[in-house]
Amino acid sequence: MEYQPVIGLEVHVQLNTSTKIFCGCSTEFGSQPNSQVCPVCLGLPGCLPVLNKKAFAYAVKVAMALNCRIAEYTKFDRKNYFYPDLPKNYQISQYDLPLGEDGFLNIRQNGNIKRIGIRRVHLEEDAGKLIHVSDSSLVDFNRTGIPLLEIVSCPDINSPQEAYDYLISLKQIIRYLGVSSCDMEKGILRCDANISVKRQGDSELGTKTELKNMNSFRGVREALDFEIRRQVKLLENKQRVIQETRLWDAQKHMTYSMRTKEEAQDYRYFPEPDLPPFIIDAEMQREIKKSLPELPQAKELRFIQDYQLSEYYAHLLTSDREIADFFEYCVKLYPQAKVLANWMCGSLLAELNSRNLALGELNLSPENFVDLIRLAQEGKVSNVVAKGVLRDMIDTGQTAGEIIQKKNISQISDPDALKEIIDIVIKENEKSVRDYLGGRENAIMFLVGQVMRKSKSKANPKAVLEILRSRLNK
Amino acid sequence: MAIDKETVSYVAHLARIRLSERELDLLSRQLEDIVNFIDKLKEIDILAVKPTSHVLPIKNLFREDKPTKSLNINEVLNNAPSQRDSFFVVPKIIE
Repeated sequence: MEYQPVIGLEVHVQLNTSTKIFCGCSTEFGSQPNSQVCPVCLGLPGCLPVLNKKAFAYAVKVAMALNCRIAEYTKFDRKNYFYPDLPKNYQISQYDLPLGEDGFLNIRQNGNIKRIGIRRVHLEEDAGKLIHVSDSSLVDFNRTGIPLLEIVSCPDINSPQEAYDYLISLKQIIRYLGVSSCDMEKGILRCDANISVKRQGDSELGTKTELKNMNSFRGVREALDFEIRRQVKLLENKQRVIQETRLWDAQKHMTYSMRTKEEAQDYRYFPEPDLPPFIIDAEMQREIKKSLPELPQAKELRFIQDYQLSEYYAHLLTSDREIADFFEYCVKLYPQAKVLANWMCGSLLAELNSRNLALGELNLSPENFVDLIRLAQEGKVSNVVAKGVLRDMIDTGQTAGEIIQKKNISQISDPDALKEIIDIVIKENEKSVRDYLGGRENAIMFLVGQVMRKSKSKANPKAVLEILRSRLNK
Repeated sequence: MAIDKETVSYVAHLARIRLSERELDLLSRQLEDIVNFIDKLKEIDILAVKPTSHVLPIKNLFREDKPTKSLNINEVLNNAPSQRDSFFVVPKIIE
């Protein structure tokens, strides 16, 4: 029997403002516990929360970028529950009038575009952090009140890979906006998943479970994958799926039931009386809209059109705004876009990946990068050597010219300079010479290889081939 | 509207208040009176009135994203029944 998974994701993203959502406490990560708190975020009596303008603008930006309908009138509500990470015993959140609704984002599935609906985007405050030790739990309220954006998808996701692609796409968009790093390993982005399976073609949904405790995009994909197989197996064996919350164990590679009494949550939402309503009028909308950058998918299309790049290259180059900006800066200095794209997607991205660094963390200027490409294109250094030069440039911060001069690795194309090495290679490899003269065309490539080796890759292989041909064919 | 004892004890549980049997009796009667009183509002025609989410005619009050000084950590922990290494300490939460 074929089963179809039905998945909805609930994502929480911390916004990177300098201060908390309702008070001026710093949002800096890693400070001494409880050193960034005040009467407002501790919920002491008599204090008044005031909304951070930047957090609000950031939230509206994200909602716009996700194609949401922006609320003209939005408000905050109290969500009441008791938990030690919540000092006020309620969280300021948004209930019936979220700031954004009915949006979507596109993911790519085997070359096709699939639209995933966004049900709502709303702003709330983060809770504190609990650390469980043997005999007690420790509470740090530094995180309490960090602006948190909740983004809820429609149940339009039908495979673990689609869920993964949705998260990648969401992260790209939010990073383009510059409002969050979306680093899931650091807990800046968190994701819970609702998942059920139904028989292919059935209109009725199956019983869902809620998955928590995933701490990477891959973890989300793996947890969903496990959970689908678990649910299908239950149904195949004529058993029932129980509606419950399950936790992902990344080590054991399985989900397990939280086994708590799941009483129906009763949050008793009511309008937050300490905050006024917020009106997002046409002018505010226009102003925020104006500040939206070109988003990844639009940029990708433009790169294909403007620079005649392949979809693959355009996609890679626009995956990160910093990389895209670097490319466009370089292309102004060196208009051969395809050569540039080739260098960036090949050597440069490989250097970034192997160092696990972002482009901005390398000391490589577009000017120096373009200089290197120019030297390689002009044949001043061989392509192989140029790749090594790039590595040295990144390590030392020196220019290509400086490294090539210091290491004496300019490409040798001058026939007189190559003559000596070629003479030696011909003398040392009589058999290959005979093979070539006897009609084995390939044997000459072996000789070229030997010259390259003896010249420490400095010889220009094209020039070597030409000289060898004319010498041997005499 | 009748407020039975079950409702009162459910609401008490949500608010983490422990009530004796006598208090449950008393409160369900009193709550019923209160709710009945409030129910009078239902007799008013409010079809044309927008829901009030805030009583003052104010909107869009913001602060700039500028850091201010946080509390001194000794002050923060001053009233805590239990503390350790600048954390608040609470009974172990098992989830």
